[in-house]
Amino acid sequence: MTDPARDAPTSKARGYSVRTLPGFAIVALFTFVVLYAPIMILVTYSFNAGTSLAIWEGFSLRWYQRAIANEQVQDAALRSLYLATVAASVGTVAATMAALATTRIRRFPGRTMIYALVNQPLMVPEIVTAVALLIVFAAVKVWTGHTSMIYLIVAHTAFCVPFAYLPIRARLETMDTSLEAAAADLYASRWQVFRRVTLPLMWPGIVAGLLLAFVISLDDVVITEFVKSAGQDTLPTYMLGQLRRVVTPEINAISTAILVAGAILVSLFFMLTMRKR
Amino acid sequence: MTDTSPPFAPGDLEAEAARQDNRRRWLLSLPALIIIVCAATGPLLVMVVYSFLAPGDYGNVKWEFSTDGWVGIFLQRDIFDDTLMWADAHLSIFWRSLSLSLITTVTTLIFGVPTAWFIATQPPGRREFWLFLITVPFWTNLLVRTIAIQELLRAEGVFNNILISIGVIDTPIQLMFTNFAIAFGMTYVYLPLMVLPVYAAVDKLDFRLVEAAHDLYAGRWTAFRRVILPLIKPGIIAGSILVFIPSLGAYVTPRVLGGGKNLMFGNLIELQFGAGRNWPLGAALSLMLMAAVMVSLIWYVRVTSREQADD
Repeated sequence: MTDPARDAPTSKARGYSVRTLPGFAIVALFTFVVLYAPIMILVTYSFNAGTSLAIWEGFSLRWYQRAIANEQVQDAALRSLYLATVAASVGTVAATMAALATTRIRRFPGRTMIYALVNQPLMVPEIVTAVALLIVFAAVKVWTGHTSMIYLIVAHTAFCVPFAYLPIRARLETMDTSLEAAAADLYASRWQVFRRVTLPLMWPGIVAGLLLAFVISLDDVVITEFVKSAGQDTLPTYMLGQLRRVVTPEINAISTAILVAGAILVSLFFMLTMRKR
Repeated sequence: MTDTSPPFAPGDLEAEAARQDNRRRWLLSLPALIIIVCAATGPLLVMVVYSFLAPGDYGNVKWEFSTDGWVGIFLQRDIFDDTLMWADAHLSIFWRSLSLSLITTVTTLIFGVPTAWFIATQPPGRREFWLFLITVPFWTNLLVRTIAIQELLRAEGVFNNILISIGVIDTPIQLMFTNFAIAFGMTYVYLPLMVLPVYAAVDKLDFRLVEAAHDLYAGRWTAFRRVILPLIKPGIIAGSILVFIPSLGAYVTPRVLGGGKNLMFGNLIELQFGAGRNWPLGAALSLMLMAAVMVSLIWYVRVTSREQADD
C-alpha cells in the first residue's frame, strides 16, 4: 500500500531526498552480490570438466551424468519426492480444514489453543523436535518391529501443517463472506456453498500452502536425519552424509538441480500470493 | 460471523446453534491437531519424562528415576574420585552458541538494515523485484546454501584463491572449521529473516517526519539516529529475534562449517544421542534450548506489546 501524498518527492527541486542515506545503497548492492555469488559459484563448478571445485577446466555435463547414473542419488531423489508429495498433500488438507475452522469468526472456546497447537512446530527449534521424535519413534520401532516410511511421513506431515496453514489462513481472512451468504440465501446447501463458492475462492491459498509445504518437506535435513531408518536417505540427508568424504562437483550438480526445482516452486508461490494485490 | 446461526432465532436456539458451530469447528481442526500432537507436541512431553531417567548402557534409557540428565548440563563427575565439577566443555559450547548467535544478529543488522532501506525506497514498481531477490535464497535449500559457503571457504576454495592471487597471503589460511566460518555461514543463511521485517517497518515509515527533522536542521545522520531508527525499531527487534532464535538452535550450518571441534548447542544435543550415549542429558539439553527460545519469544512479545501501547 502506498499513500501517494506520502511517497511524492517533496524536495525534488533541489535534488535532495530524505530517502537517501549515505552508503546504504552501496551496502545493499554489496549484500545482494554476496547473497548470490556463492550460489553462482556453486552452480558454475557443477559444469566443471575437472574434479576441482576451484580450478575451472572447461565446460562439461559429466557430473550431471554421474549424478543421474548414481543409484543412491536416484533412490534418494525418488524418496524425497514421494515423501514431500504425501506429507504436503495430507498436511495441506488438514491445514485447510483447520484454517476454515479458525478463521472468519470472532472467538470461540479453544480457538487460541487450536491456533497455538497448529503453530507449535514453528516455535520449537528443529533439532529439539528431531530428538523428541527420535526418542518416541525408537520406542515405537522396538514395540512394533515396523520400520517403514510411515515415521518419516508422519514427522514431515506435522511440520507441513503450519506452513500450509499460514497462506491458507491469510487467503481466507481477505475473502468476502457476503458471496457465501448470497449463495446460502439462494438455497444452496452448506456443502454446495463450500464446493461452489468457498473452495474456488480460497483455491489460490490452498495451492500456495501446498507448494510451501512441499518445498519445506523437500528441504528438510534435521528431522529426516534423526527419524530415518537405515536405507531411508532423502536427497538432503544423502548429501549431508557425502560431505564427510571427498567432495566432487557431483554434489554441485545435485545442489543445482535442487536449486532449480526450488526456484521454480517459489516463483509459482510468489505468483499465486502476489496476484491478488 | 458464523454462517450457522439462523438470522431470527430466539435466545436458546441461538445458543444451541453456537454450541453446534463450536463442535463443528473442533471436528474440522481435529486432523491437524492429531497429527501435530502425535508428531510434535506429544514427543516433546515424552522427552520431559526421558530427561528424568537414567542413561542406558548402549544408548536409550533405563526406566529408573534420575536427575543426572539435568545435573549433567552444568556439572560433571570426576572419573577418578567422583567429585562434581563444572562441565567446562558444555559451558564453552553454550558460550559459543550465545556469542555466535549474537554476532550473527549484529552482522545481519549491519547488512540487513541498509538493504531493507534500499528496497523500501525504490520506486513502488521495482520493490517486488528486489524483495523477490531477497526471498528466493531464503526458500532455497538451507543445506545447499551451506555447501555453497563451504566451497567458498575451503583451503583451495575461492576465498583463499582470491587472497593468494592479489598477494595478501602466500599459503591458504584455515577458514573452514572455525567460529568465523559458522558466523559467516549463519549470517549468510539467516540474512533474509532480518531484511523482511525491517523492510516492512521502513515501508510504513512516514517520510514527512523525516522531512520535518531535516527542516529543523538535522543532518542525515542525526535524522537517522533520532527519527528513523526509533520509528523502525519494531522491525529491527522482530528481525533480531527471527535471526537470533534459529541461530541459537542451528544444527546444519555448525555441523558442516564448524566441523567436529566447534560444536554449538544443537550439535551437543546430537552428540548425546550418538557417541555420547546419554539420552537423558540430551533430552534435558533440548528442553533447556527450548526454554531459551521461549524466553526470547516472550521477551519479544512483551517488548512489542509495550511499543504498541506507547503509540
